[in-house]
Amino acid sequence: MSEPLNPFASKPSRSRAFEKVILGLFRVATYFVLLCGVIVFADIVFKGAPTVARAFKTTSTFPYVTNTFLFTAPESLYVFEHDGEKKEMGDKEYRAFREAEEAKALAAGQPAPKFKAESYVYSAGGIWPAIVGTVLLVVGSMTIALFLGVCSAIFLNEYAKDGPVVRFIRLAILNLAGVPSIVFGLFGFGMFVIFFGWNVSLMAGWFTLAFMVLPVVITASEESLKAVPKGFREGSLALGATKWQTIRKNVLPYALPGILTSSILGIARVAGETAPIMFTAAYVVRDKLPWEIEKASDFFFQGVMALPYHIYVVSSKIPQNEYTARVQYGTAFVFLGIVALIAAASIILRNKLRSRYQW
Amino acid sequence: MVNVSSLSNAAPMDTSSATPVSRAFKVPARATDGEKADTLIEIENFDFYYGAKQALFDINLKLDDKRVTAFIGPSGCGKSTLLRCLNRMNDLIDGTSVKRGSVKIRNIDINTRDVDPIELRKRVGMVFQKSNPFPKSIYENVIYGLRIQGETNKAKLDEVVEKSLRGAALWDEVKDRLHESGLGLSGGQQQRLCIARTIAVSPEIILMDEPCSALDPIATAKVEELIHELKKEFTIIIVTHSMQQAARCSDKTAFFYMGKLIEYADTRMIFMNPSNPQTEAYVSGRFG
Repeated sequence: MSEPLNPFASKPSRSRAFEKVILGLFRVATYFVLLCGVIVFADIVFKGAPTVARAFKTTSTFPYVTNTFLFTAPESLYVFEHDGEKKEMGDKEYRAFREAEEAKALAAGQPAPKFKAESYVYSAGGIWPAIVGTVLLVVGSMTIALFLGVCSAIFLNEYAKDGPVVRFIRLAILNLAGVPSIVFGLFGFGMFVIFFGWNVSLMAGWFTLAFMVLPVVITASEESLKAVPKGFREGSLALGATKWQTIRKNVLPYALPGILTSSILGIARVAGETAPIMFTAAYVVRDKLPWEIEKASDFFFQGVMALPYHIYVVSSKIPQNEYTARVQYGTAFVFLGIVALIAAASIILRNKLRSRYQW
Repeated sequence: MVNVSSLSNAAPMDTSSATPVSRAFKVPARATDGEKADTLIEIENFDFYYGAKQALFDINLKLDDKRVTAFIGPSGCGKSTLLRCLNRMNDLIDGTSVKRGSVKIRNIDINTRDVDPIELRKRVGMVFQKSNPFPKSIYENVIYGLRIQGETNKAKLDEVVEKSLRGAALWDEVKDRLHESGLGLSGGQQQRLCIARTIAVSPEIILMDEPCSALDPIATAKVEELIHELKKEFTIIIVTHSMQQAARCSDKTAFFYMGKLIEYADTRMIFMNPSNPQTEAYVSGRFG
C-alpha cells in the first residue's frame, strides 16, 4: 500500500461532474437575463432615439433650438403628394401650407390645388403634455406615499407595542403589495373619481398610485428604521430627549438613505403603471398644459396625459403603420430616459445623505 | 478579560477555594473610607417583572450621595435591570412592570404618575455597555442633550463642550478636532465621549452599565481614573462584571444573585471579609 504522490489530486466522480453542469446552468441563466435586458433596451433606443433626434429644430428666439417631439403636444400627421413630392406634415403645419398654396394659386389666377392627404392620428407633434403629466403624477404620488408610509412605519416600528393588532396591520400591508394594479385602478375609480367626486384628475391619480406603492414604502421604511442601532435611541432618551426628539434627530436621518432607496423602486413603478391611472387620471389627449388653468384649485382636479398611457394608446388604440411606430418607440425611449433621470436624482440625493449620516 | 490591575498590582485570580479572599484582590484605601455619606437613592421592597417573569425580588438598598456604588453578580442576576430602573429606561421594553415597592430619589418615588421619565433622565444620566456616540461631530455629540433642551447660545454651548470634555478627560485629545465625527475616535475615547455627553446635561446621578467591558486595559484604566474624578461631583452607580474593577473604583458594593440582593456593604468588606458565603464564593471566583 503506497500513498499516491499527490493525495490532494482531484478524483473524477459524479458529483464533481455535476458541479460543472450546474455551474454552467447558473451562468447561462444569468447571461440569458442580461441578454434579454440588452435586447429590449437596445431595441427601444435604436428605434426611439431617431424620433427624438429628428425633431430638433432651430428657432428664432432663445434658446434657438427646440425639440418638437419633446416639447409640443401630439397632432395628427398628414401625408400627401405635392408637385410630385411626398410630404409629411403635422396638423397645424399642413393647414398653413394648404392655405398658403391656395392663396398662391388664387393670386396666379389658377384653380385651387387639390390635396389628397392621408391622416394618422397622434403621429405628429410631440409628447410634452404626457411628459409633464408623468412627472406631476410621480412627484405627487411619491410625496403622498412617502409621507403616509414613513408616518406609519414610524408608528409601527417606534411607538406601537408588538401585539396581535400590529401583526394584523403588517399582514394587511403585505397583502396590499400583492393586489394587482388594475384592482387599484378600479378602487381609485370607485373611491376617488366617483365617491369623492374628484372626476378623472391628478388628485385621484396621486392617491391611487400612492396606495399602490405604500406597502413597498412602509415595509422598506420599517427595515431602514430597524437598521438604526438601538444605542442611538437609548443614548438619546437617556439624555432626556422625548421620543419624537429622538426619532427626528437621531433615528430618522440615519434611516432616510434606506427609505429613499426603496422609494426609487417606487418611482419606477409609479411612473410605469398604466392600469391605476387609466380610469383615474389619464386623458388620451389634452392640448392644454396643467398650468394653463383659470383658478389655482383647478390644478388638482384636472386630468393629465401620461407617458405609459400614451404608449398604450398609440400602440393599441389607433391603426398601426410605419408612422405610428415612430411615436411608440419615441415615447418609450423618452419614458425610459425620464425614469432613469428621476432615479438618478434620487440615487444622488441618497448618496449625499448616506455620506453625511454614516455610522 | 485581561485587566490592568491583574497585570500590575494584584495577584492573578485563583479559582481554587484555598485562596483567601483577601489575597485575590488588593482593595485600595480610599479617602471616603469611614466617612459618613447622605443617602440619595432609597430602594424599598422592590419587585420588578418582565412580563410574567420576575426579575428582581424584594430589593432593599440605600445608595450614597457622591459615592461610587458597584453592582456585581453573575450574568442575569438583575443588576443591569435594577440600574435601568433608576432612570426608568425599562419603560422602553414592552411588558415590564413594577409590582411592588419603590425607588426613591431624594425621597421622591420615581415610579409614580407625577414623575416624567424625560425630566428624570435629565437628572439621572446613563453610560452604556457598548459606547454609542452618535454619528455626528464630537461637538454635536456633547451638546446633544442641551440642543434638545433648546439651548442655542453659542458661547454657552462652547463652554459646556469644553467643560464636559475636560470633565471626561478627553479635552486634550480632541480639542483640535471637535468638528470631526465622534466615530473616528478609539473605543476608549468613544466611551469617554459618551460620559462627556452625559455630564454635559449636568445630571446628579450617572449610571454606568458595564462601561469598560468592550475596552482594552489601558482605556479601562483611564475610565476608572475618570470615575474617581467624577465622584466629587456626581453620584455614580456602576454595573460591572470585573470584580477587580468594583474593588478598585467603588466605595460600596452590592452583590446580586438570581434577582436578589445577597449582600451590600463597603467594598472593602465585600472583598476582604464578606459575611455571606455566596458572596465569598463569587468574589473569590468559585462560581459565576
